[in-house]
Amino acid sequence: MGKIQLTKVRKSFGEVDVIPGIDLTIEDGEFVVFVGPSGCGKSTLLRLIAGLEDTTSGVIDIDGKDATNLPPAKRGLAMVFQSYALYPHMTVRKNIAFPLKMAGMDPAEQDKRVARAASVLNLSSYLDRRPGQLSGGQRQRVAIGRAIVREPAAFLFDEPLSNLDAALRVGMRQEISELHQTLKTTMVYVTHDQVEAMTMADKIVVLNAGRIEQVGSPLTLYHEPRNKFVAGFIGSPRMNFIDGAEAAKHNAHTIGIRPEHITVGDGPWEGVVGLSEHLGSDSFIKVEVPGLGTLNVRGPGELGVHHGDRVKLAPAGKMHRFDADGLAI
Amino acid sequence: MARAQSPRRMILTTLAAWTVALIIFFPVLWMILTSFKTEASAVASPPELFSASWTFENYVEVWARSDYPRFFWNSVVIAVGSTLLGLVIAIPAAWAMAFVPGKRTKDLLMWMLSTKMMPAVAVMVPIYLLFLQLGLLDTRIGLVLVLMLMNLPILIWMLYTYFKEIPGEILEAARMDGASLWNEILYVLTPMAIPGIASTMLLNIILAWNEAFWTIVLTTTKAAPLSAFIASFSAPQGLFYAKLSAASAMAILPILILGWFSQKQLVRGLTFGAVK
Repeated sequence: MGKIQLTKVRKSFGEVDVIPGIDLTIEDGEFVVFVGPSGCGKSTLLRLIAGLEDTTSGVIDIDGKDATNLPPAKRGLAMVFQSYALYPHMTVRKNIAFPLKMAGMDPAEQDKRVARAASVLNLSSYLDRRPGQLSGGQRQRVAIGRAIVREPAAFLFDEPLSNLDAALRVGMRQEISELHQTLKTTMVYVTHDQVEAMTMADKIVVLNAGRIEQVGSPLTLYHEPRNKFVAGFIGSPRMNFIDGAEAAKHNAHTIGIRPEHITVGDGPWEGVVGLSEHLGSDSFIKVEVPGLGTLNVRGPGELGVHHGDRVKLAPAGKMHRFDADGLAI
Repeated sequence: MARAQSPRRMILTTLAAWTVALIIFFPVLWMILTSFKTEASAVASPPELFSASWTFENYVEVWARSDYPRFFWNSVVIAVGSTLLGLVIAIPAAWAMAFVPGKRTKDLLMWMLSTKMMPAVAVMVPIYLLFLQLGLLDTRIGLVLVLMLMNLPILIWMLYTYFKEIPGEILEAARMDGASLWNEILYVLTPMAIPGIASTMLLNIILAWNEAFWTIVLTTTKAAPLSAFIASFSAPQGLFYAKLSAASAMAILPILILGWFSQKQLVRGLTFGAVK
């Protein structure tokens, strides 16, 4: 079991309301990702759930029990930190066994559980090494191992892949997703990387200035963003926003169109290519269109246009419409 | 990138370093040389750096005239005892200040340090009377207590600096792993801070070993450590420099050996945090 329910959870640091009041339900077994720009309060929210920060007001229920005032260890949760937070003076074996030792578990059972976790995470041959002798990916696996041996009600991940290089990050992302498939335990994952959020989550919580902007599945957020903030945050490159006369034609204050929903060839918009990036699989171009501004365009394969070319563009997918308050129409 | 040094510059730097080192070391050298001179040679005018007649007589006489092993043992008990007791208090205090600081933590630290700015003699009378009332005069436990209290601000400050270097996330991880406060300090913080704790301990032992004001004021015979042993050779009939020097050499020798073997640890400790 690992259902987490937040009711009017508020957190202030002195005069500053970091989390002005959040209601959220995380179902048992769900993989929930908190995503948002730096300083939006996603890590603070995770730390409130973990018990590493005290709530200013509100209630945090874990499996139906009020855990608001429980210390971290009594909440039945395990956390993986951005910096791995391994104990540098202990071997990998002792690091993984530490929570079991703290729980007063029989040493034979400790060994059994450590061996099982090490085998799941491919760490069996590193058990007698110290964290300093491991690579970044291996360290992160030890941190995950330390979390899984406890068989917690839920895992909390605080930007766990931020310190890894790009290739390793993709690998670890898949490993964490597979781990979730295997364990079927609730996972709450904080990231500022929306690709991580889109690829891993069952449910994404988009945060901005301590408030939830939208909660939904990755594809719901992509196709039906509730407002301009979510529309701009989800999707890479970010959605193009057009105001003025062009938006008025569609009875909106602002219209939004994703870069992958604009085609190059023929169309009503004409402009000059500025930056062009060619990845082989995709092409990314920025086109300066008079009256509309700079439009990001993403096309499959090689688009065959370069800096300085004059091109015509056409919207070829869903057009998102927003009112003057930025809410989707 | 390291700067390349010309040979001339290196010779000059080396010479300057040796000169400064010799100036600092000269009083100790003079004391050691004097301890091997006769009393007449020790007070000769003009002073003789090297005596014509070297002798071990001063050491023999100092050893015969006093109970050196008792003074030595008292010094060990007082220096080690006050340091260990101080650590028991300073580790939790520094932990609290480093990891759960309050609004006034910095003020508290400054206040503690400011007590070191007060001359010890200012509280001599009240402490003497307190010790008299409590029956702590001329007891090792009394000196352990007073030296622990005198050095506690330095212990807390040094440990606070070390603890600040330990990432808070590691302690939070321990908390998530179910460690109680005590387990967190015992299994995570202390092993990680061992180099810092060791150098703090060494420095405190040296400070307590060399302390001369309280050890002389609060003891007579039973609990007197080596600092009082040195003072006992400054007799009212006159100063016997050679014997005084021999007594001083005998008093500093143990701590000099300790310092020599632990110099790497001490230098690391004293420069900790200076360069990231």
